[in-house]
Amino acid sequence: MSVTKRYAFAAAAAVLLIGLTFVIPSFASYQLATVCAYLCGIAGLTLLTGAGGQLSLGQAALMAAGAYSYALTANTMADAGTEGPLLLLVPLAAAVTGAAVLGLVIGLAAGRLHGPYLAGFTMALVVALPAVTSTFSSVLGGDQGLWITVEKRPASLRGTVSTEAWQAWLAVVCSVLVLTLLANLLHGRFGRHLRAVRDNPVAAALAGIDPARTKVTAFFISSAAAGMGGGLLAYTTQSASPGAYSLVFSLFLLMAAVVGGIGSLAGAVWGAVLLVALPHLISTATSRLELSADLAQRLDGNLAVAVFGLVLIVVVLLAPQGIQGLLDRIGRRLGPTRSVSVPPKSPTSPDSPDSAPSPASSTPTRLSARHEPEQLPATPKGQ
Amino acid sequence: MIRSKLRLGTAVLAAATLGLASCASPDEGGEAAAEDVPGITDTTVTVGTHQPLTGPAAAGYSTISPATKAYFDYVNDNGGVNGRTIEYIVKDDGYNPANTQTAVREMVLQDEVFALVGGLGTPPHSAVLDFVNDNEVPDLFVASGSPTWNQPEDYPYTYGFMVDYPTESRILATYAQEEFPDKTYCFFGQDDDFGEEFQGGLEAVLGEDGLADVQVYSTANTDIAAQISSMKEAGCEVNFLATINGFSAQAVGTAAKLGYFPQWMASSAGGDFNTLSGYLGENTNKLLQGFVSANYLPGYSDTEDEWTAKFSEINEEYNAGAPFDGNTIFGMSIGYLFVEALKEAGETPTRESLLEALESGNVTGNGHAPLGFGDDSHRGYTGAMLTRVDNGVQSYFGTPYVVSGDEVQEYTEERPAMPADGLPE
Repeated sequence: MSVTKRYAFAAAAAVLLIGLTFVIPSFASYQLATVCAYLCGIAGLTLLTGAGGQLSLGQAALMAAGAYSYALTANTMADAGTEGPLLLLVPLAAAVTGAAVLGLVIGLAAGRLHGPYLAGFTMALVVALPAVTSTFSSVLGGDQGLWITVEKRPASLRGTVSTEAWQAWLAVVCSVLVLTLLANLLHGRFGRHLRAVRDNPVAAALAGIDPARTKVTAFFISSAAAGMGGGLLAYTTQSASPGAYSLVFSLFLLMAAVVGGIGSLAGAVWGAVLLVALPHLISTATSRLELSADLAQRLDGNLAVAVFGLVLIVVVLLAPQGIQGLLDRIGRRLGPTRSVSVPPKSPTSPDSPDSAPSPASSTPTRLSARHEPEQLPATPKGQ
Repeated sequence: MIRSKLRLGTAVLAAATLGLASCASPDEGGEAAAEDVPGITDTTVTVGTHQPLTGPAAAGYSTISPATKAYFDYVNDNGGVNGRTIEYIVKDDGYNPANTQTAVREMVLQDEVFALVGGLGTPPHSAVLDFVNDNEVPDLFVASGSPTWNQPEDYPYTYGFMVDYPTESRILATYAQEEFPDKTYCFFGQDDDFGEEFQGGLEAVLGEDGLADVQVYSTANTDIAAQISSMKEAGCEVNFLATINGFSAQAVGTAAKLGYFPQWMASSAGGDFNTLSGYLGENTNKLLQGFVSANYLPGYSDTEDEWTAKFSEINEEYNAGAPFDGNTIFGMSIGYLFVEALKEAGETPTRESLLEALESGNVTGNGHAPLGFGDDSHRGYTGAMLTRVDNGVQSYFGTPYVVSGDEVQEYTEERPAMPADGLPE
């Protein structure tokens, strides 16, 4: 029942966003596509770091794995003369698979690490990326990256739908798919296992959950989501290059997840939007100010980083549960009478933070959001 | 469950609104365009460019766009082009193709530029080549020596500017054979098309096994000691460089540290004396003594040159007296060439008439070698002249050469004279 509703909601969101592309200018469609691609990566982090408590700084490397898998598959297929929808769908599947396989390998190693060790390990992956692409430059194209032959929008849509709108459609459909699957997982048995392992691995093991296996699976799923994000970016930008998946970008992904509200998929949406909108708003603002050329040159590119840093500090100080957590709190204050009944059977039970909802009757995304700030640093204690 | 869905729904909706708000076009309700040509109004022409103002290539090239802007400001102060002032949008891409994607889409889709002028760098610009041609935006004078820009069949909107790598490498190799016969030739290049194309040109002249050692670097890694040591051990005496300015300096500096002083012969992309001296510091004059590089634009140290004198004057007045070097000349020359093309495109320019103007062959620029623009060629300057550094002064010597196919020939025709005040007629 609830799953059906989730599907209905996902479909509605997809239709709404696709409808939006008819109204907005094509540059905004391009931005929408980018938001959706980032969203896949951030949502993967929400599952891994938010619900799973495994701090990963390497999400960009996994997105890069997706992008390069897409590029290599698409170029090979195009050389072999493949055309049509296959040239779109097979590379996307390859992007997900490629990143997932890499994620599985990393996960097997990373499952043994926790806290700062895991963060350091995953960060090394991103730092190593340019070296890897230079070393295998005959295949991966070095710093310049790979130029991708992409299947453009169907001929029947040309003239009515811009390239950017088509890219946005694809990205919207794929990211809604990813989010729905992640929501299903987080709300189901796997999500409960994940949170149990995060909160207390020993207790989880006593309850019959295999912590190592759960962690590795979380890495696998998160990487698959990142792979989809990388594949979408590869498709929209027609290229895969190491510069697009830098350490800074990787940190931005984690930051977006934290600022949006780590542990909740709605927070991931906020994070993805901020990641695209903030630099754009800042550069628009600075371009309207009459700044000296020298100052404008210094601010260009750097100011966005500074503002991101400030936003992160402010959010962590004032709203540790992120934008989504803040909105929830405001919502609760504004509507105290609107007692939100979670389980249909007991409509009168108040949704107070002290109530300990059983996993089946509560919204696990919110549960994790509430526990996150205390639980994340506490995780290593249990190991 | 319902609540969580509501939250997700609110987030998506609010996000969409935020996205919309952030993307509202800043220029709505502006002046009506003449016949609705993007970027053209009755009083303005808006063009854009992507430049490495930050990142690894910034130190070598970030002074180009201010020079172009200074030239445009000078033109604007002198009445503009057919009554229109040129508005020049510069976006920083940090020499990162991923950023170029966004920057160029923003300029084309949102700012609606009339044309792109002088987008810099092979990797960044390759990333937007399909996009600009799909959107039928004139993509003029790409600041890169890759022959990629000369594909009129596939990319009818893209035009080159710089002498391409296959051309200048052939000229350098031919000169080396004449001047330094029987020496050991080696090559140090960038690990991308720049290096590959350049190496191909060298081998076309020197023969398949004409290069005793070939070393490459990647811009992500600034330590090139291993490559330079290898060249030293291979006994290289004449080293060709397909390097950007930063790495030319790095190569010369690293070699000097190893006590190794070969003859350097650099691409025009990485052979600007002033820029190199910015990296090399006080020992520049010693380190760069005898350094040969190709060039095709007026020499910045050649004060006798009327173009140099005029550009220097504009630099003082419109560029706040920024250091005057090869990059300044380069930026202003791109600006001059665009203004020349725009004038040739008629009273009410359209994107088509701009391209026709270039194909007509009436746009000649200010180089020592002729431009290759025509019906079936979008090649920029088709030849180059050589410069040598002597006691800290880089100046031209000999005659210009042009290359067609594999053939290197001396070019004897006079360079176009500068129109009055450096403003195209």
